[in-house]
Amino acid sequence: MSMERTAAADPGVPTKYSGERSGEETSRGGGGLGGIGHGKSGARALKNNIATVLIWGAFLVALIPLVWIMWSVLSKGLHPILNITWWQKDQSGVGAPGFDHNVRGARHAIVGTLLVALWTSVIAIPIAIMTAIYLVEYGNTRVARAVSFMVDILSGVPSIVAAIFVYTAWVTVFHWKLIPLCSSLALVLLMVPVVTRSTEEMLKLVPNELREASYALGVPKWKTIVRVVLPTSMSGIITGSLLGFARVAGETAPLLLLASYTPYLNENSFSGIMAALPTMINVNFANMTGDQVSADRVWGAACTLILLVLVINLIGRLIARLTKIKS
Amino acid sequence: MTPVEASTRRRWGDLIFGGSAAAAGWTVIVSVVLIAIFLLAQALPAIGQDHANFLTSTAWAPNDKPARFGILQMLWTTVVSSVIAVLIAVPFSVAIALFLTHYSPRWLSGTAATLIDLLAAVPSIIFGVWGFMVLAPKLVPVQNGISDVFGWIPLFARDDAVSGGTTIFTIGIVLAIMILPIITALTREVFSQAPRSHQEAALALGATKWEMIRTAVLPFGRPGIISATMLGLGRALGETIAVMFILSSLPDGAPWSSSIFGGGTTFAAKIASDVAEFTPGVGTGAYIAAGLVLFVLTFVVNAGARIVIERRKAFSE
Repeated sequence: MSMERTAAADPGVPTKYSGERSGEETSRGGGGLGGIGHGKSGARALKNNIATVLIWGAFLVALIPLVWIMWSVLSKGLHPILNITWWQKDQSGVGAPGFDHNVRGARHAIVGTLLVALWTSVIAIPIAIMTAIYLVEYGNTRVARAVSFMVDILSGVPSIVAAIFVYTAWVTVFHWKLIPLCSSLALVLLMVPVVTRSTEEMLKLVPNELREASYALGVPKWKTIVRVVLPTSMSGIITGSLLGFARVAGETAPLLLLASYTPYLNENSFSGIMAALPTMINVNFANMTGDQVSADRVWGAACTLILLVLVINLIGRLIARLTKIKS
Repeated sequence: MTPVEASTRRRWGDLIFGGSAAAAGWTVIVSVVLIAIFLLAQALPAIGQDHANFLTSTAWAPNDKPARFGILQMLWTTVVSSVIAVLIAVPFSVAIALFLTHYSPRWLSGTAATLIDLLAAVPSIIFGVWGFMVLAPKLVPVQNGISDVFGWIPLFARDDAVSGGTTIFTIGIVLAIMILPIITALTREVFSQAPRSHQEAALALGATKWEMIRTAVLPFGRPGIISATMLGLGRALGETIAVMFILSSLPDGAPWSSSIFGGGTTFAAKIASDVAEFTPGVGTGAYIAAGLVLFVLTFVVNAGARIVIERRKAFSE
């Protein structure tokens, strides 16, 4: 994935070079530059300093929301999830008469979130990898350009539009009953472009010499791709898939449209109603200002979700950093 | 194995594998086309039965008989909140991208980039909960301050109907935080490709670091910044859940003000929050029509971003 590649490798080069320069400039700015008058070069040095301060400031300001969000979620959501019940029980029986009114578990929602993301991945990853192979290995036709354009468009399709599309096809046109898999189908539309783009970047990095060597030995094209190209770029593909998984695990809008919420555990994606962490947050959100129990459930589910997404994300980035293709 | 056998086997393997790769590619094309067709087929009949002007009315009562619905108010809120987001996010993103490529000390650059990218990984529902519970109340004095000074401009007029800071302005800030990592990642990539020779030439002529950036890096990166801005705008237009959680929606029939310190609703948030009201027929059709408008809006913006970047490629090669 291009983002990872630049994060890991590219900034190093210009940074080193600009770092060496900056010391030299500061001294020059003060001393004046031969023919250029002192007032002018003073103004230029001042501008340069202001720019440096602003650019550092922008970076530091951008960290505020990240730290603030993490602090809010952890400080309010950590104590419900540190209770072992949170991971073991669902919400069945909560709120019934005679039941002690407590927070209880989120097992149903955690399992639901993982299952929805898992089914999405099962459908989306093969399509995405084959599309990327088509673009890189069979590309350069008009169809390939159209596919590439459509991948871009698909990556810009708002999740609610993807959801409304699945709703229209499934319910309005075919009159089928919504099942948990419907959410996955909508999320497939969001995951395919993410994984396609990252796989594409990785396949492009595979040196052409490898392919040519394989062809020279008489290996057919498809076997070259399966045995040589894919294994070489495997870590990048895994990284892209993990980032895609993390993205769809946190998506909410399609679930609002295509899945209702249930307090009970359901592990079957083909029937019934399945809960997920985002829908659990959504259901309890309305009462959270007045009711501490609802607030605990919201912050607890938010905390679980953010930890899940960030951990998967970091694992993906770690794999990308540890196993880079040396081109 | 005779040579003939080997080559037929190869051909079959290549046919099947190449065929499935092409099929996957076609799946993507077909999905986008199907999205457009299904939305159109469901939306157009509903718009035909609309007894208000779809584009210029602010009413939203698709389940009334006769149905009356228009998108003007949603269009305004969607566009204004996204434009605020872009106005805030772009200068920050460009500065951060410059920081990551030219200013950050080497030991920091990798970690700094990861931190900014992590902001993109935070699920939007978390932004919604945080924005509503934590950020919005803190923004009330800021909003009051702005409308005390600039309140004579209708855009900044004070709107007392909305409490707790749950306004278009707040949404704009939250959306800005959400799109910042995307714009940063894309601009950073362009800046890191700026030709070294130009930068060294500028420095050799005695330019300060800032002058080098202004003359050698920023002009090179301009198409990239524009395209990244449009992609960020596309994201902001389609954001659903954060808007739905934070923004105060207007009660039915309430007059709508043009102030950014008022409430409202966006296409995406309206669709998501009214899911329970989906009924077969015109009612659902109206929401699908709203979804179609959103789809067209994001399609145009994203295609525009793509065209800008393609044109740059054509010139630089």
